[in-house]
Amino acid sequence: MPIHDQSYRRYAGSRNEPGSAWLVITKAGIRSLLGRKLFLAVMLAAWGQFFVRAVIFYLSANFPTLDVLAPSVETFRQFFEMQEIFVLFVTVYVGSGLIANDRRSNALQIYLSKPLSRTEYVAGKLGILAFFLLMVTLVPALALLLLEVMFSASLAFLSEHLFLLPAVTLYALAEVLLASFTMLALSSLSTSARYTAVLYAGVLFFTGAVFAILRGATRSSMLAWLSLRANLDQIGDVIFRLPPRFESPWPASVLVVLLLMGLSVVVLDRRVRGVEVVT
Amino acid sequence: MARLDRVSVQYGGQAALREVTAAFPAGAVGLLGPNGAGKSTLLKALLGFVTPAAGRMQVLGLDVAASPMRIRARLGYMPESDGHIPGMNGVSFVAYCGELAGLPRSDAMQRAHEVLHYVGLGEARYRNLETYSTGMKQRIKLAQALVHDPDLLFLDEPTNGMDPKGRDEMLDLVKDLATRKGVNLILSSHLLPDVEATCARVVVMHGGAVAAQGEIADLKAGRREVFEMRVKGDVDAFIRGLEAGGMECRGSGEAVMRVFVKPGQGPRDLFGAALRHQVQVRHLRPSLPTLEDVFAEAVGEE
Repeated sequence: MPIHDQSYRRYAGSRNEPGSAWLVITKAGIRSLLGRKLFLAVMLAAWGQFFVRAVIFYLSANFPTLDVLAPSVETFRQFFEMQEIFVLFVTVYVGSGLIANDRRSNALQIYLSKPLSRTEYVAGKLGILAFFLLMVTLVPALALLLLEVMFSASLAFLSEHLFLLPAVTLYALAEVLLASFTMLALSSLSTSARYTAVLYAGVLFFTGAVFAILRGATRSSMLAWLSLRANLDQIGDVIFRLPPRFESPWPASVLVVLLLMGLSVVVLDRRVRGVEVVT
Repeated sequence: MARLDRVSVQYGGQAALREVTAAFPAGAVGLLGPNGAGKSTLLKALLGFVTPAAGRMQVLGLDVAASPMRIRARLGYMPESDGHIPGMNGVSFVAYCGELAGLPRSDAMQRAHEVLHYVGLGEARYRNLETYSTGMKQRIKLAQALVHDPDLLFLDEPTNGMDPKGRDEMLDLVKDLATRKGVNLILSSHLLPDVEATCARVVVMHGGAVAAQGEIADLKAGRREVFEMRVKGDVDAFIRGLEAGGMECRGSGEAVMRVFVKPGQGPRDLFGAALRHQVQVRHLRPSLPTLEDVFAEAVGEE
């Protein structure tokens, strides 16, 4: 008689109600990425600017002769602009394979045979990318605001610029959601993470190049809405109450960003299915 | 366990299921049919992957259209094609599937180890899934379908691509689940022996419709008397003669053919026909109807 029966046994333990599986996907994705040294190096590099600015904040708060380094609204706007390159790296590194790899290995039918809706699947994948993008945008920006208060031992800066807290949050969310939705939609179109990465970078640079050429030809920035990056820049200026850098109306940029996110949702709805029907 | 009522499914303009009405009671039920018969589509419709153009479906007493999530929480699905989550080893993958199905993390991990031992992957559970052989991939698919202890298991071509030994082991597992572990299952296959070895009941599909369904024993019992026969001579003329006498032949030429006779007919009529057509009877013996006969008659194949 065996000491321990290794045969199949019925399960009598507890079960979570359907609706929380997206969190399982997000947690597993985050754990998996945190186990990659190269990715950790990218994340560490992304926090480089934060550490430099933290030192500057400290110096300006403690040495009156360095008052010129004191933080302003522009400081936070510039912080986001300088983080753009890391937003691109993280979006490509984390996002390109999120759905493409599942499509390549037929994992969608495994996922969707569990008590997990297509919306939950997308939410889980979105959660992975959004988490790391927020870690290089919103989290360090909020941490900088906190450090400013701590180093100056005063709420004066914050009370003078009360809009800064919602502005930082709103801009970070706009940037993160646009990058996450567009990357997930592109990832769902392919079975190759590499191809998706090239496609995303291509869309970003191509729209920027088209705008740059037209700007040179027309000597006007009225067509800034053509560029993905320029739209975010324009929205960012408005959110941070700075003069818009392009002549195009900022509502046009908001509309383009919303349209892109809507289009991404439509693509995801069509591509994330348990059965792929080729007609 | 599952019931379909006049269910039709279309892919584009192509009908994949045509007014299918079928019942899958508790126990092991075979879903038998040639490739393209609509077996996988039927399972995917029951899972809620495809929305029927018409008809109603119930699984575990719940309406598929109204409660797909509650149904999937109690279902295990082993898909036909290879499917895994990239970058994971066997135990992580199965535990992850358990968590997705609603098991707490620690329970999912414990179940994953147990289920992997059960399907024969205990030694390979820490290997990356990409390094698994075809047979191991079939087993891991079974493990991920079992980890959350489903009330009903859908097995879509579980022996696909397996060597004879692996195939026997997989069928033993299926049989064990159905008979000893009390797991209800629907086994979809185009292989008659697989269904016959594991299931008591069968639904035969052909061209997107149900061609026959019922207990295998009943389906066999309802058939005419059958003889195995091998003859030498003008076989074609002999077969034509048998058919003119109301008999039915399956298989011809040098191989042993199966001759279905009408009630009241017997070996005497077969010898008589051989004599009339001047062929030598090299082999003649009574046989039992098989599931293959049921299947062939249902799908109208010679």
